[in-house]
Amino acid sequence: MNQLVATRAWLRRNLFSDLFSGMATLLLLAAAVYWLPGLIDWMLLQAVFKADAGACQAVNHAGACWGVVAEKYRFILFGRYPHAEQWRPLLATALLLLVIVASGLRLSSRRSLLAAWALALPAFFMLTGGGSFGLTPVGSDQWGGLPLTLLLATMGMLMAFPLAIAVALGRQSRLPLLRGLCTLYVELVRGVPLISVLFLASFLFPIVLPQGVSIDVLLRVQAGIVLFAAAYLSETIRGGLQSIPAGQHDAAAALGLGRWQAMRWIILPQALRAVIPSMMNSAVSVFKDTSLVTVVSLYELTGSLSLALAGDAEWRSFHLEGYLFIGLIYWTGCYAMSRFSRGFESRVDAGGTAI
Amino acid sequence: MSSQGRQNLALQAALAAGLLALLWWLLDVTAANMAERGIRSGFDFLRDPAGFAIGESLLPFDSADSTLWALAAGLANTLRVGLPAIVISTLLGTLIGLGRLSTNLLLRALCAGYVEALRNVPLLLQLLAWYFVVTDLLPLASEALQLAPHVFLSKSGLSLPWFGGDGGLFDLPLRGEMGIAGGAALTPEFLALLLGLSLYTAAYVAETVRAGIQSVPRGQSDAALALGLTRVQLFRLVLLPQALRSIIPPLTNQHLSLTKNASLAVAIGYPDLVSVANTTLNQTGRAAECIALIMAVYLILSLLAAWLSAWLEHRSGRWAQRT
Repeated sequence: MNQLVATRAWLRRNLFSDLFSGMATLLLLAAAVYWLPGLIDWMLLQAVFKADAGACQAVNHAGACWGVVAEKYRFILFGRYPHAEQWRPLLATALLLLVIVASGLRLSSRRSLLAAWALALPAFFMLTGGGSFGLTPVGSDQWGGLPLTLLLATMGMLMAFPLAIAVALGRQSRLPLLRGLCTLYVELVRGVPLISVLFLASFLFPIVLPQGVSIDVLLRVQAGIVLFAAAYLSETIRGGLQSIPAGQHDAAAALGLGRWQAMRWIILPQALRAVIPSMMNSAVSVFKDTSLVTVVSLYELTGSLSLALAGDAEWRSFHLEGYLFIGLIYWTGCYAMSRFSRGFESRVDAGGTAI
Repeated sequence: MSSQGRQNLALQAALAAGLLALLWWLLDVTAANMAERGIRSGFDFLRDPAGFAIGESLLPFDSADSTLWALAAGLANTLRVGLPAIVISTLLGTLIGLGRLSTNLLLRALCAGYVEALRNVPLLLQLLAWYFVVTDLLPLASEALQLAPHVFLSKSGLSLPWFGGDGGLFDLPLRGEMGIAGGAALTPEFLALLLGLSLYTAAYVAETVRAGIQSVPRGQSDAALALGLTRVQLFRLVLLPQALRSIIPPLTNQHLSLTKNASLAVAIGYPDLVSVANTTLNQTGRAAECIALIMAVYLILSLLAAWLSAWLEHRSGRWAQRT
């Protein structure tokens, strides 16, 4: 009996608290009854899961053609990387993901995590690029798909981070010229779209390099992403630096610490910790932004999907299923990152330090 | 001058000298490279005939017109998709943001689901998907979907009644054997971009609005309700004026991001500023000039937006004091 009363109270509070709420509930339920069966029908009941183009075409979009994923998943996930060697980027990606997740969840001590990073990054390049340990060399023009997305995002964040700290400190410098230059850089980059920075990296970097020196397009685009991400990240870090009360500077000075010592041991650790959630947002943006490199002909996840489907008359009408598939991959990555940052925020709110 | 002052001056002089040396070296290398590859420089190409067509344009444009006019048409196209997208995303985003604060559990969950779904997938992917849906999955123009009287949606885009025409005040689109005639037609590229930009940005606007309203201390709502204000009055007279102050600056940022994101038009072939500049770049080889033009235009737009935001903040502050 009590159960019933409690349920009724819950329903009242959450679904029928007033006229508007009640109407919204009824309307949303009606919409669900109207739309959901069709959606389930399309996604599951009438869907084709086999890699059979004929069966997909026979269904004629009444059901989803997940067969396109079954047929093309290796091309979508690895781009033009040689088929027989795809275990290498797979292993490299798994290693890198493992280190990223272990760092996010703090599964191990700081020292062993640093060691893991120091091993995982060279291992990624060695496995994917080949050329040593009897692995056939694979040029970076053939890298693609998920490993490329992950590489661009991870290296983008890792290299943007020190640059962003330097720029944030530069904006607090006592040298007006340095302050001005750092401000100019940040405002310039934040004012323009990423695509223009990628055009810059792809078309202009080759012209400003001395003759005989050529950097491949992957590295140039990576540099563009780093420069772009660092501008946003440095604003975040600057916010963190400004949030540290002046008393901290004074106390450090009173203890006899120099400016740089105080920065290294007192101010920066607190400032960075304060902005970890915002930095995670930057990481989410960088991860999503890597999809733009397809515009300058690097075939990461989004680009390799187009590459896989556009030229194939049998499968090209099932792009939507392909988009949903890689959308799910992006979504999982971004959602995990934003959950991490929210969890971190609540831990900080719950009391004191979280690390 | 103190020793500290002298030291600062010396450091800055060294910095300036280093920068100038780097710049001089870069220019030297660039000039040598350009001479070797036979690339000319300068903005004279802006006066030359563009020599390419633009798929759709608000400004009258013909391939014999100058490149500068082509870029102007591109900028007009950016604004043509950007301004309506700003309006739609702000309205939709505000509704969703308010929905996330609703007392109704279903509504709250639906709005939260919308935000999480749209925000965590790259915009480029969403644009490509919308473009595919419009151009591949919609029916042919001759079998166009009729959404409302004289509003047709098909592979060839959306046709709407528009002012003018021969027979009266409105020009009404009609569906025939050969497709749709009359009215105003929005191209699939425009539709996909407008839809993608609006829906994606709405998720961010929703979060901005929610955070802004939640930033008003709870005591304010309690006090207003205790005074006997209705929920609508509470919202209009107490929450909104205070929330606006923390909503407007990030909201302007969202609008600015939207304008910058409109440059993704290049991926689906809508002729915005960046697409036109990209075509120009490929035809003339003037990479530095074209990229500089894109950046300059966007920087000017950013400055304008910053100025507008400051003015709005000032206004909303006054409005909050008056009410």
